[in-house]
This record gives sequence, structure tokens and C-alpha cells, in this order.
Amino acid sequence: MIDMTRPEREPGAISKTVADRLKRRHAAERRFRLYGIGAIAAAMAILLTLFVTIVGSAYTAFVQTHVKLEVFFDPRKIDPEGTNSAEAIRGGDFGGIVKASLRNRFPEATGRRDKRHLYDIVSTGAAFDLRTMVLENPDLIGATRDLWLVAGDDVDMLVKGKMPRDVPETDRRLNDRQIAWVDALSADGDVEMRFNTRFFTAGDSREPELAGILGAAVGSFYTMLVTLVLAFPLGVATAVYLEEFAPKNRWTAVIEININNLAAVPSIVFGLLGLAVFLNVAGLPRSAPVVGGMVLALMTLPTIIIASRAALKAVPPSIREAALGMGASRIQTTFHHVAPLAMPGILSGTIIGMAQALGETAPLLMIGMVAFIVDIPGGPFDAATVLPVQVFLWADSPERAFTERTSAAIVVLLFFLVIMNAGAVLLRKKFERRW
Amino acid sequence: MTGQTAAAATEVVASPEEIREVKATAREVGVFYGETNALRNVNLDIRKNEVTALIGPSGCGKSTFLRCFNRMNDTIDGCRVVGGIMLDGDEILAPNVDVVHLRARVGMVFQKPNPFPKSIFDNVAYGPRIHGLASSRAELEEIVDSSLKRTGLWDEVKDRLHAPGTSLSGGQQQRLCIARAIAVQPEVILMDEPCSALDPIATARIEELIDEIRQHYTIVIVTHSMQQAARVSQQTAFFHLGDLVEKGDTEHIFTAPRDERTQSYITGRIG
Ligand SMILES: Nc1ncnc2c1ncn2[C@@H]1O[C@H](COP(=O)(O)OP(=O)(O)O)[C@@H](O)[C@H]1O
Ligand SMILES: [Mg+2]
Repeated sequence: MIDMTRPEREPGAISKTVADRLKRRHAAERRFRLYGIGAIAAAMAILLTLFVTIVGSAYTAFVQTHVKLEVFFDPRKIDPEGTNSAEAIRGGDFGGIVKASLRNRFPEATGRRDKRHLYDIVSTGAAFDLRTMVLENPDLIGATRDLWLVAGDDVDMLVKGKMPRDVPETDRRLNDRQIAWVDALSADGDVEMRFNTRFFTAGDSREPELAGILGAAVGSFYTMLVTLVLAFPLGVATAVYLEEFAPKNRWTAVIEININNLAAVPSIVFGLLGLAVFLNVAGLPRSAPVVGGMVLALMTLPTIIIASRAALKAVPPSIREAALGMGASRIQTTFHHVAPLAMPGILSGTIIGMAQALGETAPLLMIGMVAFIVDIPGGPFDAATVLPVQVFLWADSPERAFTERTSAAIVVLLFFLVIMNAGAVLLRKKFERRW
Repeated sequence: MTGQTAAAATEVVASPEEIREVKATAREVGVFYGETNALRNVNLDIRKNEVTALIGPSGCGKSTFLRCFNRMNDTIDGCRVVGGIMLDGDEILAPNVDVVHLRARVGMVFQKPNPFPKSIFDNVAYGPRIHGLASSRAELEEIVDSSLKRTGLWDEVKDRLHAPGTSLSGGQQQRLCIARAIAVQPEVILMDEPCSALDPIATARIEELIDEIRQHYTIVIVTHSMQQAARVSQQTAFFHLGDLVEKGDTEHIFTAPRDERTQSYITGRIG
């Protein structure tokens, strides 16, 4: 600032000091901008590394090794009585058919151990696939077909180059003979990578090549549904009441502080609460999305309340004055004017709360959603697991093939999170404030 | 237009005071914000079909007093109003008064134009809708049309009634707010510095409008512009630090103020 009380100073001198300072001020500004850019660059680099590592180790899980074998649908094994009924087919020995095909292809495997090793090349899931085929088309019985069968997880790892060949036989999950058989199949063009549909259509399994994400995804869906149905109306109603109707006194201040504190409570505590109240007192089913959803709703409520209150606060008071001045009651003012204007903020707060809930693991472990569940849940009362817990379960499994599936599950989870956050951004853009 | 107002004022002054009908009467009105006494002991008659101007330096309690007439002070936490205000013989400060009904009788226009972020039509139709004044769509359209015509906005917006009210210019927005207020046929319209956010041309337009509509309504206007008070009002009340210092015919207040403080304010020494 130019000091006006000292006129004896020459005007030129003043402008020189100002100019000197100006130079420093500009330099400081440039420096600050550089720091900002540096921080952003560092953050982006970390994020990129994260994505590249995860996607890099996940993409192989989206394809699965298959081997081509000549399959004879032996009527004696499928339907020995010749009844041709679906029941009989369901009881058929399709495992035996696969084994026969393998023996047929590699007649040199003779000993019991050798045969067992041979059978490891194809997954046990192949038998189920054959059964499904025959159930759909019983005319196959008695026919011979060249079919692509799902390979076992060890073969899959070998073909994907994730099992080292140059280590002693005892350190490998496949012995030299098994590797030779796979190489022989490969040489004949009978080994192929195919899109891993099963990963998106199956539930969990002990066999990595048969394990899918759908069970967890459906479990997450039901859990989120319950969370949304409970937390959204409760949270918005609380926020509207506190912001628009409640008198500002000591009680509302206490409630406000408690809500803010609730937002900081570690999520596992909500899990313990769910275990104690929903399972032990209310007797709700263990491992069920309905309980998971209730626990996550408790956790999400403070987020929704705080975001909704901020959104309501941001509505200019002049809108409320206008409505009240027209003779609108307080309910009318709130529901005709204030709430619609706050809706984008409320919705994006809700989505962010839901995205948090979607990624939550710890409280769900407490209420038993960590169980190994093969079936795809049919409703919120069926036992289920959720995506992040599935990641945890697979990461904990010893089989090498689960590693890539863990990454793939993370990719699926991230995909849903990105979709939800993009939804929040879109909502904000779409309802851009118009006052 | 100024000439017209002056003529009207002279005419009113010429007639005996008794025949000017009183619409509302404030008796011993005081307002507290918590412990602060923002307004003390105000007695004022508001006359029917006239414009009453409330003037005074910033913070003297003009808006506070104005908001007593439609109980908008109720919406402020910790605000307490004492005394009484009669509107056509009904006590409106009584706790059992239905403020929703009161605000249908006493409309308000605010300092900053505050149209709803809805269409022009919906802005004007809002009052009739919530108060159930129109039994059919045609009737509602009729109310909207006539309100817009009365505020002189019709020709400017008739082709875009479904454009957002917020897309209008500041002056148009304020006229829209006036149209919105008169759509419910209030008896009294309160205006809190309605022109302070507007340019001189828009201001002149609103002043003209106020003069036109006063035949149908009773208007109380807060203004910080003494010229405006002189132009549009028939009666003026001068407030200072929470007291009603002087009231009387506008002509009189501006030409021969009795109180020294009024004198200083209108000559520009305080304010
Ligand atoms: N909501 C409020 N809470 C507390 N004090 C207020 C509030 N509104 C106005 N006041 C106080 O009341 C006095 C009168 O205010 P106001 O009526 O707005 O003045 P004016 O409209 O004449 O400028 C001022 O001293 C102001 O600080
Ligand atoms: Mg004011």
C-alpha cells in the first residue's frame, strides 16, 4: 500500500518499491502454482500406478484356458437305464466321460497316480458343463463331439506363464508329465484362451477356475438396496427437520454434535452393534444382506445427513422468504422450493455415502457376511457376501489362480465405484444451481 | 410522473384528514432481537389506497417494523414483537392468528428481486395455487395474465411465460415479484427497498407501477431514497435508532419537518 501520509517521498521512489515488491509477489505466486501442479502430478502418478498394477494383474483373469478333447457322450455312463429322463441325466457320471476322453487322448497314462495327474488337466467344472449341454439337448447322448473344456487352474497358470517351468519338479504344482501333456495339446492347437464368461455368471467356488463374482455382486446389490431404502429417507428427513423446522437451541446443538461424531465412528463398531442388536436381540438371519444393509445404513446416515444439511443451507434464504411471504406454510416452502433446489446436493451426498458403503468390509465381517457362499443370493434374506469381502476371501486363498481373480474382483468393485461417482458428478451438472 | 404524484399528494392534503380511511393501525409496537430492543413504541396509522413511506438511516428499524405487518419476524429465531397492529379491526399480532392467511392478505416485495427458480407463469401462479384461488386452469391463466398486465410485464414476457423467472432482467424480476404478490389480491403490499438493486430506469418504472396499483391496494414502502419517498408516497414516517421520530403527510415532512433529526436527515446530514 502506498503511504499517503508521507508526501515528502518522491513519487518515483514509491513506484520503484512497489515494482520491486511486485516482482517478489509474482514470483511467490508462480511458486505456489508450481507446488499445486506438483501435488496434482504426484497424486495422479500414484493413482496411475495403482490402476496399472491392479488392471495389469487382473486382465488375465478375464480369459480362461480351455482344452479341446473328443468327447463321447457314452449312454452307459449318462443314462444306463435308457429312461431318457432329466432326472437320470442329472445323475449321470459326466466326470467319467471327461476322464474317458482324457484317457483316450493320452493312452500312455496307465498307473493310478498317472491317471489322477492326467485328470487334473481338465477342471471338475467341465463335467457340469457337459451335463448342462445334455440336459438342454438330450439327443447328444451317444454322439461324439470335439469340445472345448475348461482347464484346471494349474494348467491355466502354466499356460498364462504364471507357473515357472525351470524349477525342480517338487516345487511345482504340475509335474513333468503333466507339463508334457499340456505341451502336446498345445502343439496340436488344442489349447486356447477363451473369454471367461463364468467369472461374471458364477458364484464363489473352491476351484479358482470355477469361481465367479456374480454372487458377491448380487449380494452387494441387495445390501446397497437395503442401505438406500433405509438411509436415504431417514437421512433426508432428519436433515430437513434439523435445517428447516427445529428450533436452534441446546438440544438441537447436542444432536448436531452427535451426528458429526457418529460420522467419525470406526465402521467396525457399527458391525459390533449390528451383531449385538440385529442378530442377537432381533434374531435376524446371519450373513444376510438385509442385516448388512441395516448396518451400512447406520454408517451411511451421518454422511447423508451432513451432506443434505449442507445442501439445504446453500439454498439462499431469499427463496424461503419469497415463499413464506406469499403465504406458503413451512412445509410448502420446504417441499415446493427448498428441497427441490437442494436435491442435487442431497443426491450426490447420498451417492458418495453409498459408494463408501459399497467398499466397506469390516462391519460385514462382524455379522457373518464373510462366509463361503456358492449360491447366488435370491433375495436380501439369503446368505450372501459382498464385493469387498469377496476380494478379502480370494486374497486369503492359497491357490495361485486366485491372485489374478482378486485383482479382477477389485477391478469390478472399482468399476462400480467409478460409475457411482460419475453419477454423482452428472447429477450435480444436470441440476446446476439456477438462482 | 413525478408531477402526477405531487398533484395527487396536494389533492390528498387538501381534503380533511378524517375522510382518509385507515387500513391498519400500529399501537405501541416494539421489537426485540433477543435482548436488543430494535424498535420502540411505534404508533402509526396506515391509510387505505395510499403509499406510506418509511424512511430513516440504515439500521433504524424500518425493515423490522415493515415485517411486523405480515409477521415475517416470526421466522427469525429470537425475535419478539410487542404491542398491537389492527388490520381492518383484526388484531394480527395475536398468537392465534393464522400467518398463512395473514400473508395472503398482506403481500410482500423484497429488497433483492427473488423470483422462484421456476417459470414466469409458475411464479405468478404460485400464490393462487397454494391459496386455492383458481378453480380451473383457465381461471389460473386469467389471474396470471391480469397480474402481469397490471405490472406492465405482459407485453415483455407474453411469448415466454415458460421461460425461467430468473432469466429476466433485475427490473423485470422485481416487477415479476410484484405481479406474484398481487396475484393473490392482497389488501396491503409491503415493499422493502424494492428499487435499491435496480438502475434508474427500472426504478422509475417501478415507481410508476406503485402509483398505478395503489388505487387497488394499500402500500407500505421502505426506502432509503428521500426523492423516492417524495415521489411515490402520500404519507411518510421517519425512523431513527428504533424510534418513530416523525410522521405525517409526505409533502409536510419534506417541506417543514418538525423534528431536528428529520431535518438533518432530509438535508443529508445524517444517514
Ligand atoms: N435478524 C436479526 N437479528 C438480530 N438483529 C437484527 C436482525 N435484523 C435486524 N437486526 C437489528 O435490528 C436493527 C434494525 O434493523 P433493520 O430493521 O434491518 O434496519 P433498517 O431496515 O432500517 O436498515 C439493526 O440494529 C439490526 O442490527
Ligand atoms: Mg432494511
